[in-house]
Amino acid sequence: MLRFFVRRFAVAVLVALTVLTLAFMLTRLSGDLAISIAGPNATAADVEQIRQVYGLNRPLYVQYLDWLGRALQGDFGESYFFRDRVAKLIAGRMPVTVTLGLVGLSIALVVSLPLGILAAVKEGTWVDRLVGVFAMIGQAMPSFWLGLLLMIVFGLQLAWLPISGVESWDGFILPGVVLAFSAIPSLTRLTRSGMIEALASDYIRTARAKGLTRLSILVKHGFRNAAIPVVSIAAVQLGFMLGGSIVIETVFALHGVGYLAWESISKNDFPVVQAVVLVLALIYIGLTLLADLLNAVLDPRLRTG
Amino acid sequence: MIELLEIRDLRVTIGSTAAVRGASLAVTKGETHCLVGESGCGKSITALSVMGLLPRGARRETTALRFAGEEIGRYGEREMERLRGDRMAMIFQEPMTSLNPAYTVGSQMTEVLRRHRGTSRAQAVDRAAELLARVGITAPGLRLGQYPHQLSGGLRQRVMIAMALMCDPELLIADEPTTALDVTVQAQILRLLAGLQKDLGLGILLITHDLGVVARVADRVSVMYAGEVVESAPTAALFAAPKHPYTRGLLSCVPVPGKVKRDEPLGSIPGVVPRIQPGFTGCGFRDRCAWANAACAGSIPRRGAGEGHEVLCTLPPDWSREAAA
Repeated sequence: MLRFFVRRFAVAVLVALTVLTLAFMLTRLSGDLAISIAGPNATAADVEQIRQVYGLNRPLYVQYLDWLGRALQGDFGESYFFRDRVAKLIAGRMPVTVTLGLVGLSIALVVSLPLGILAAVKEGTWVDRLVGVFAMIGQAMPSFWLGLLLMIVFGLQLAWLPISGVESWDGFILPGVVLAFSAIPSLTRLTRSGMIEALASDYIRTARAKGLTRLSILVKHGFRNAAIPVVSIAAVQLGFMLGGSIVIETVFALHGVGYLAWESISKNDFPVVQAVVLVLALIYIGLTLLADLLNAVLDPRLRTG
Repeated sequence: MIELLEIRDLRVTIGSTAAVRGASLAVTKGETHCLVGESGCGKSITALSVMGLLPRGARRETTALRFAGEEIGRYGEREMERLRGDRMAMIFQEPMTSLNPAYTVGSQMTEVLRRHRGTSRAQAVDRAAELLARVGITAPGLRLGQYPHQLSGGLRQRVMIAMALMCDPELLIADEPTTALDVTVQAQILRLLAGLQKDLGLGILLITHDLGVVARVADRVSVMYAGEVVESAPTAALFAAPKHPYTRGLLSCVPVPGKVKRDEPLGSIPGVVPRIQPGFTGCGFRDRCAWANAACAGSIPRRGAGEGHEVLCTLPPDWSREAAA
């Protein structure tokens, strides 16, 4: 167990370093930073001064190590546009995005686990096919469009829920539902196929031969085994949701990290873009590591093998 | 006397296959009844029918299906649930996959007792440890905390047996319990089952295709072919004087020390088990039988052939002596 953990952790650290390096290289590859910071009306002297101030005249590896050292301490420099520390900006926006991600994941699990189990139990019947169609529609529906539809129906026509902002908790419901739809199809299908496999296995026959109740057979013996891949995919999906909420935060005007990224990209605010990409990548790496650990906790063959 | 298990005229159809066509057999308390036959002859389906564990899409009909005098053929799923694991238990051919990989041995054993008797966890654990020791597992305390993948096949089958005994069942159905195991382990498991039966007064329905196993443990034998019990007899009588051509063929396939000559080939039965469609009449073996005649396509009489010896065949009772001559 410890060796498994140490190995996964080492891999995660290596991936994180690679991401850091790539993030640094990408901003340097996108042209002369000093020119883009100075703007279209700057003179050659202005550009040269900016180069001095930002240390862009130093050798590349010095810039890299300097940047890496600061990044590891959580110092991503200062935003060109917001005139504020990047770390502070992101920290301020993080709660909205994380809340939205967790709401989205919760909705996705609440919908897809029962649907997947139901489809597996009713395999081959119209119930199963209906669930399949629902998953397919969910997969095919663009999230901005679903967001707009929900806004029109629940926000404007029925006026049950706010259509933008998160001044109160119910502002998270519509964007949460839309975000959930990015995970529902895959989680439903995974639950269904895992349950079908589990229910056909010899240990389910044993459980039935023991006279256990239907609920115990389905949940304790069946779902417990089907859940192992679902849990790890759900953790990875949460990563996608946190990073992929750019569109949804924009549609619903939620001032989260995704919205910040969109603002910064449109304003060429490189330090912010770089830091957002980094933070999201690190969260993703962390969640993948968490998925591996959860897997080991749930599967005794990994834990004690 | 009331039989522990009585199956009369069991018919099971799965899709367009008649898997069992009018099989009858009875298991007495404290008796080991072996059900033998080739793969696909309906042995396992018969066992699963008794337990109410037939796969989806299978249809079961019987004239009578009695367990300890009760007609269980009309029992609903709830009533069967209460019976299974409590008064009748079953173990399977695949010890490697029959235990749930996600739970410890102890958790899987105790849940049977907790489900049927509402026993406390501590008492259930004590009972599980006691039974593990009873089936010859050393260090039961350690094994209770282990997961199935940490045990060998032989150990897992012992755990399955111990688990089946948790509620002190009256009937144990064992579907080829030794087929997947090493020969030495097979012998241990068979000895264990025989010992348990003697000590606990269990009725055992043992399904096997291994006539060596039959000779060693069976009190009675029923031979199944193409969904029918073609011959049923006390073990000694069956081996001494098989009455059905199929039984004779089956026995001639087994080498007996002293009887088999070195240069002569072992006996074999030509052909394969036919897939029987619903509506088929007559003897399922007639296409492979050297003594088949016109009567074999009609309805086949069930005939007595000695004390507790029944055979499903059109041939006269003394045909085998003539055939041997």
